[in-house]
Amino acid sequence: MLKKKWTRNKIFEFLIEKAIILSGLISIVFVGLIFLFLVKEGFSVFKTTSLGSVLLGKEWYPISEPPKFGILPLILGSLLVTLSATVISVPLGIASAVYISEVASPKIKEFLKSGVELLAAIPSVVIGFIGIMILVPLVKKMFNLPTGLTALTGSIILAFMAMPTIVSIAEDAITSVPKRYKEAALALGATHWQAIYRVIVPAASSGIVASVMLGIGRVIGETMAVMMVTGNAARIPTSIVQPVRTLTATIAAEMGETVQGSDHYFALFTIGIVLFIITFIVNLVADYFLHRERR
Amino acid sequence: MNYRTTQRIAFSFLFLANLLVIIPAVLIIVIIIKNGIGAISWEFLTSAPRMGMREGGIFPAIVGTLYLAVGSIVFAGPIGVLAAVYMNEYTKENWLARLIRLAIINLAGVPSVIYGLFGLALFVIFLRFGTSILAGTLTLGIMSLPLIITTTREALATVPQSFREVSLSLGASKWQTIRYVVLPNAIPGILTGNILEFARSAGETAPILFTVAAFYLPRLPKSVFDQAMALPYHLYVISTQVPNVKLEIRYGTALVLVSLVLSLNLVAIIVRSHFRRKKKW
Repeated sequence: MLKKKWTRNKIFEFLIEKAIILSGLISIVFVGLIFLFLVKEGFSVFKTTSLGSVLLGKEWYPISEPPKFGILPLILGSLLVTLSATVISVPLGIASAVYISEVASPKIKEFLKSGVELLAAIPSVVIGFIGIMILVPLVKKMFNLPTGLTALTGSIILAFMAMPTIVSIAEDAITSVPKRYKEAALALGATHWQAIYRVIVPAASSGIVASVMLGIGRVIGETMAVMMVTGNAARIPTSIVQPVRTLTATIAAEMGETVQGSDHYFALFTIGIVLFIITFIVNLVADYFLHRERR
Repeated sequence: MNYRTTQRIAFSFLFLANLLVIIPAVLIIVIIIKNGIGAISWEFLTSAPRMGMREGGIFPAIVGTLYLAVGSIVFAGPIGVLAAVYMNEYTKENWLARLIRLAIINLAGVPSVIYGLFGLALFVIFLRFGTSILAGTLTLGIMSLPLIITTTREALATVPQSFREVSLSLGASKWQTIRYVVLPNAIPGILTGNILEFARSAGETAPILFTVAAFYLPRLPKSVFDQAMALPYHLYVISTQVPNVKLEIRYGTALVLVSLVLSLNLVAIIVRSHFRRKKKW
């Protein structure tokens, strides 16, 4: 009896260890599968269109006859809202991180951190909804525009969505600067503020750069909120107060209406490949800086 | 200018920046509660939408969201935890460990709409699940993996090495050590991570757009091969795709979604602080 139980345990242990190993490797499998399926579907578009005319084509008319699959307006649209959002969120985010980690009293710190976590927890479709209800009319009125659905509106929304990422990772980086750096600066007669911007922030720069990269990754990939407030006009943007369309919004808005296996369907996967590669590089760079910081 | 004055001005600006981040977040919640609370009634929560979603309630969307979130955590929770066990207890720092880490970073960074594309290509079309709860659940589950793995791994890493050594020295096997010593001591962190991921899945829209979400389906799904409505997608539909939906219904839907997601987050925070107080080492 005892012996039988022992062997059953052994078998269970053998099985569970195999399950553990399989689970450990599953992330690699899924990344591979995602890339494989994007490529499998996305490359089919090149049977009828050349790579150059997709990447550099200035016209995205997927359902005209003949269809045009130039994604340059979409890439530029994504670039415009991403850069503008970064311009807004980086100074605010880093300033907040410095305040939280260096200046705020423990109570206020706790409060501010929960505020940032609250912002991170709000689903993107809800932020997009509030964008439509509140921000879009506001932008329309302030700039006296025919529509408030503009790149600017999208950038403001995205800036706030990037904020939790930037603040929390930059804050980690600043907090992990060794205390003796600050003490040395203070001992030499520097004020707290001088110690912050001459010593602490430069010492945390790697982690801060990583936080910005991860924020940018978040912004490029954001879909629902940006689709709801940017107006989705697929043309090359010439001004920030015009409607634009991003890569993500194009996929989300059009996939539901395509015929599976059509050129349009494949072209949306091609956009997916472009996005996948961009975010892959951004995250790789972010990881490099995170690691440099730890060392 | 006096150094002290400079410092005071600088700190005021830093504080201002912080307010600019926090106030909108609080404002969003206040606006949603203020405008949405009037729509909340027993009928709104328990009846199906009527009149092209301009009347009635959101019951099928609530149920659909719960199905999806529960399904994704049932799928991704165990795999994620085991994956974290593998990374923390079984691997040494070598090329394979680095490759896994790279894969997880990449999975965490892939935009949610790409998961939608992937789910469509693999589950809906290639495996012929169709637009279904099964396809949506698996898509959300894969998307949940990186966060579950990362939080679980952090929880496992906080269990002191000496605990493992004692267990092993008493003759326990590696798995017994993990099962009876490491996992129980890491449970708070693991639970927190899983609840947070559950909350996130409930609020996601892009991954379910083409894999499960039904525009309008005023009945409950009968099997995992059925389509389902979901709260986030429903909010998107009634605020952008259907004209003339009463503001109250839109805000009410947003309020239900936000309450669901935030209360789950709150549960995670309570679990974390509850166990932290009981921690003995």
